[in-house]
Amino acid sequence: MEYIKTLTNKNLKETTLYAGCGECQTSCQSACKTSCTVGNQKCENEKANEK
Amino acid sequence: MNMNMNKGRIHKFYLNEKYIVLDINSGSVHVVDEIVYDIIEYYEEYNFEEIATKLRNKYEYTNILSAYNEIKQLENEGLIFSENMDINLEYNKENIVKAMCLHVAHDCNLKCRYCFASQGNFNGERKLMDLETGKKALDFLVKSSGNRRNLEVDFFGGEPLMNFDVVKELVFYGRELEKKHNKHFRFTITTNGLLLNEENMRFINENMDNIVLSLDGRKTVNDYMRMTLNDNGSYDIIVPKIKEMIKLRKDKDYYVRGTFTSKNLDFSRDCIEYYNHGFKNISMEPVVTDLDKDYAIREEHIETIMKEYEEFSKIYMNLRKESPDFLFFHFMIDLNQGPCAVKKSVGCGAGSEYIAVTPEGDIYPCHQFVGEEKFKLGTLETGIINIELREQFKSANVNSKDSCKSCWAKYYCSGGCHANAYYSNNSIMKPHDISCKMEKKRIECALSILANE
Ligand code: SF4
Ligand code: SF4
Repeated sequence: MEYIKTLTNKNLKETTLYAGCGECQTSCQSACKTSCTVGNQKCENEKANEK
Repeated sequence: MNMNMNKGRIHKFYLNEKYIVLDINSGSVHVVDEIVYDIIEYYEEYNFEEIATKLRNKYEYTNILSAYNEIKQLENEGLIFSENMDINLEYNKENIVKAMCLHVAHDCNLKCRYCFASQGNFNGERKLMDLETGKKALDFLVKSSGNRRNLEVDFFGGEPLMNFDVVKELVFYGRELEKKHNKHFRFTITTNGLLLNEENMRFINENMDNIVLSLDGRKTVNDYMRMTLNDNGSYDIIVPKIKEMIKLRKDKDYYVRGTFTSKNLDFSRDCIEYYNHGFKNISMEPVVTDLDKDYAIREEHIETIMKEYEEFSKIYMNLRKESPDFLFFHFMIDLNQGPCAVKKSVGCGAGSEYIAVTPEGDIYPCHQFVGEEKFKLGTLETGIINIELREQFKSANVNSKDSCKSCWAKYYCSGGCHANAYYSNNSIMKPHDISCKMEKKRIECALSILANE
C-alpha cells in the first residue's frame, strides 16, 4: 500500500471467535475510579494472543 | 455531516497533521494520504469515474486510480466500510462476578467539593467495614467467580487508609483463598494519600497491583477542590507523600488521577505540573456532578474542552519524546492486543461481573450507585436477589443503547458509564451527551498520537 497505512493488525470481528472469556481486567470508565478504559486494556486470552 | 458518516460505517478526521479513517465495525484504523481521504468522501455514493472527475483538479488520474484501488482492496478484506457485526451477545450467562469494589471505609479525612460519596459517608452514617464483613465479601467473590481465575478487588472508600488494618488482614485472607481455590487476586487501592506513611506504603507497594493516588492538579486548583477537614488546602501535605510512594513503586503500576472542573478547563497545565513532579502515569477526569454546581461542566464549556484535549495531545507528544514512559490514561489505546468484541460492547460490567460492597455488606452494581436504595442488588447474606436489576445492567451495551448503536466510537468507548447516564438522564440506557463528546475527542486524540508515533 502506497497511500494507506493500517495501524491495526486484528479485525474486531475475528475476535468474536473466542470472545467473552472474561479473564481481562474490569474497566470502570468513570472519573472517580481507576479509569482503565476498555481501549487501553489488554486481552488476557492466551489463544487469542498467540495469533 | 457527510454521507459516509450518515451511513455509519466509517469515521474520518484530521488531527495532528494526520488523516485518519476508522472502520467502525472491524475496529480497523487507517492513516491515509489526503487523496484517499478525499476519495473516501465520495466512495460509497459514486463510481470511480465520477470520483475521478470530481477530483481531477486536485490529483492526477493515475494517482486517483491507484488510491481508489487500495481502498477497494481494504474493502474486500473487510477492513473498511465493513458491515455491522451481529455479535451474539450472551454476555455473562452464568452471572459470574469477578471484580469487587470494597468500600472499607465510609468515612473520609478530606472534604472534596464534588465528592459523589458526600464527603465520604455516601449519604449514610460514617462507618468502617469490619474484618468479618470483608472476609465474607471475599468469600462471596470466590464463590461467585465460577471458573474465572483472575479476581479483582479494589479497596475503596471514603478513604480506605482510615481502615488500613482491615485492608491488611483482607489481603492476607485473600492470599489464603488463592491457594485453596486456585485463584489469583489482583488488589488495588484508591487513596487520597493523606495517611500514607512508611509502614503502609511498604505494605501497599508489596501487595497492590495498582495504586490510584488522587490529586487535583495545580496547588490552587487542588486546594480549592480538596480541602482538609479544617478547610485548609491538602496539596502541600499530599504531594511529598505521593512522591515517596512513587519512588517505592519502581516499575510497578500506579497512577496519579485528578479531576478537572469548569474552574480549570486549562487542565493541560495541571497535567504538565504532574509531569514536572515526575509523575509518569497520570489521568485527568472531567468532574461528574449536578449541573447546578458552579464548577459543573456544562454544554457551554464543551468547545473549550475539545480544544484543550487537542492542545494537550500536542504537548503530550512532545513530552513523550523527552520521556517515553509518560502516559496519560485517556490517550492510551492498544490497537493490537485490545479486548475482544464482547468486552468492547459491554464495557465496565457493573451490576454483573463487577459489584460494590458497602461496610454493612450491601451489594450495589458499582461504587457510584452505593446508597441509592433502588439500586441495591442484595446483601452478602442473601446474595444477589434483585435479578431484574442485574438483567437491566447486563443488557445495557453498545448494541442496545440507541445512541451507541449509531455512534462511531462504540467499540472504543464501550457505551460509557451507566452511573453517568443515570444521574444525568435518569436511565442507564441514555448516555450522558457531554461525556460522549469528550470521550470521542479523547479517542480521536489517542488515535492521532498513535499515528504520529
Ligand atoms: S456512550 Fe456515547 S460515546 Fe460512548 S458509544 Fe455510546 S454514544 Fe458513543
Ligand atoms: S457504571 Fe460507571 S462508575 Fe460504575 S463501574 Fe461502570 S463506568 Fe464505573
